[in-house]
Amino acid sequence: MVLIGVLLIMIGFVLRINSAVVVTISALVTGMIAGIPITSIITQFGEAFTTNRYMSILIVTLPVIGLLEKNGLQQQAAKIVSKIKAITVGRVLTMYLLIREAGAALGLNSLGGHPQTVRPLIAPMAEGAALSKYGKLPEKEQQEIRAHAAATDNIGLFFGEDIFVAVGAILLMNGFFEQNNIPADPISMALWGIPTAIFAFIVHAIRLRMFDKKLDKRLGSRGK
Amino acid sequence: MIFSVEMIYVLMGIIVLGCSLYIFTDRTNSRRLASGSFYLIYSVTLMFGKIIPPFYIGLMVIVMVLIIASGGLKKGEHVEESLAVKEERRKRLGGRLFLPAILIPILTLVGSKLLDGVKIGGKALLDPSNVTMVALGLACLTAIIVAMWMTRGTPTGAVKESRRLLESIGWAVLLPQLLATLGTIYTTAGVGTVVSDAVTAIIPEGSLFWIVVIFCLGMAIFTMIMGNAFAAFPIMAAGIAIPFLIKQFDANPNHIAAISMFAGYCGTLMTPMAANFNIVPAALLDLKDKNHVIKVQIPTALAVLVFNIILMYFLVSLGI
Repeated sequence: MVLIGVLLIMIGFVLRINSAVVVTISALVTGMIAGIPITSIITQFGEAFTTNRYMSILIVTLPVIGLLEKNGLQQQAAKIVSKIKAITVGRVLTMYLLIREAGAALGLNSLGGHPQTVRPLIAPMAEGAALSKYGKLPEKEQQEIRAHAAATDNIGLFFGEDIFVAVGAILLMNGFFEQNNIPADPISMALWGIPTAIFAFIVHAIRLRMFDKKLDKRLGSRGK
Repeated sequence: MIFSVEMIYVLMGIIVLGCSLYIFTDRTNSRRLASGSFYLIYSVTLMFGKIIPPFYIGLMVIVMVLIIASGGLKKGEHVEESLAVKEERRKRLGGRLFLPAILIPILTLVGSKLLDGVKIGGKALLDPSNVTMVALGLACLTAIIVAMWMTRGTPTGAVKESRRLLESIGWAVLLPQLLATLGTIYTTAGVGTVVSDAVTAIIPEGSLFWIVVIFCLGMAIFTMIMGNAFAAFPIMAAGIAIPFLIKQFDANPNHIAAISMFAGYCGTLMTPMAANFNIVPAALLDLKDKNHVIKVQIPTALAVLVFNIILMYFLVSLGI
């Protein structure tokens, strides 16, 4: 019976209802099905919300990031990226993967992103590298290069960000363990993310190399 | 103690309060009253969470969610500065711009390791109940001061910039706290027990390997269904990680946490439910196939998922 709450979350997400609303309804319904009186559910709600305030610690980083962005942080990052002297699609994207993952590990999630960086900068650079190497691109390859550019951004962000202590995921897990009386340490959690982060980088870099080879094979014969 | 966790929450509350005041007076925002109230209530729950009785905090949270449900928050119009102006500013500081940002993780690490247990006049310098959080808060405060000094910014300027970022995060700022709250309610209601009973029924008695496999796959699959690894964690942790991995096999919770969230992210890379990451970019880049980005991501996601399973299995079975 109590799984109805989980089901509600799935339905809510499938119907694209606002997640904050879905989560709150699921919590209230699950509590009621379990036979907890409504006032006590609300009390528990407030208690848990207060205990978990530290999860929103990213708010303290906003003034820093905001001031730096106003003074050209993203432009500086773009400048570093555009200096990459890479002649292949794979190398452009591997460099971006490195910058994106390392940035996220330092808490600088805003350095990349699809609207801010991939569309205006990374995708055109990757396409440009292919263009100068192979000449005009067939649509199929052009689409593949763009999809790879977007995928690189996601992979760099996801496997980098959990190495930063103040990220929501780490704090969520730490809080969850604490409430269940299991001693945990957010710094150690972040550090133990490093092996997977390195592995993800290596695997994806190898795949980008293979992508280069594939492009060479398909388009190489066309010459300049 | 000299620096307590509550002080950090008050600092967070003050930042949000400042933002809400700017939003209330923003004539370009068509829902400035609703949006401003949302952040005002939020700042009160941050600053006075310890003082206000939990029942009222619970009601305030519900009011915030109602504001989101009834049309949501709106942003004001921000005048984007021209690229030339930004370029001018960038040139002044260049690579040094990264310095304050890098200070945050470095000072947190140093502060929480070196200042833990330090006493001044018989009082602990950092709140012993949560050293990391206080160190992080102080690191950010230092970084704010350094950033203001370097950029010749003012506190009001800093709040203005925070507000721009807070508005672009929008209601999502509440989500981690809400999901953690959901986890608590699930635990009281016994959702974890239901999941762990199901696991007991499927898995051969005491097979660590299969428990690790089910746990990591479960994180990835739940994430794919819900589009969000945060929502998967409380269910899988209460159902599998705590009763089996931690209580039965004595696994280190820090290892489990680090690896399980990454297993969840492998799911995020493979689902159209995570629209912001997988579907929106396809539209931004004019891709014909809306699932093209996902297709490119699947091989990497599967390889990393297998790596996570193997890593977790070895860490737990070797008792590291």
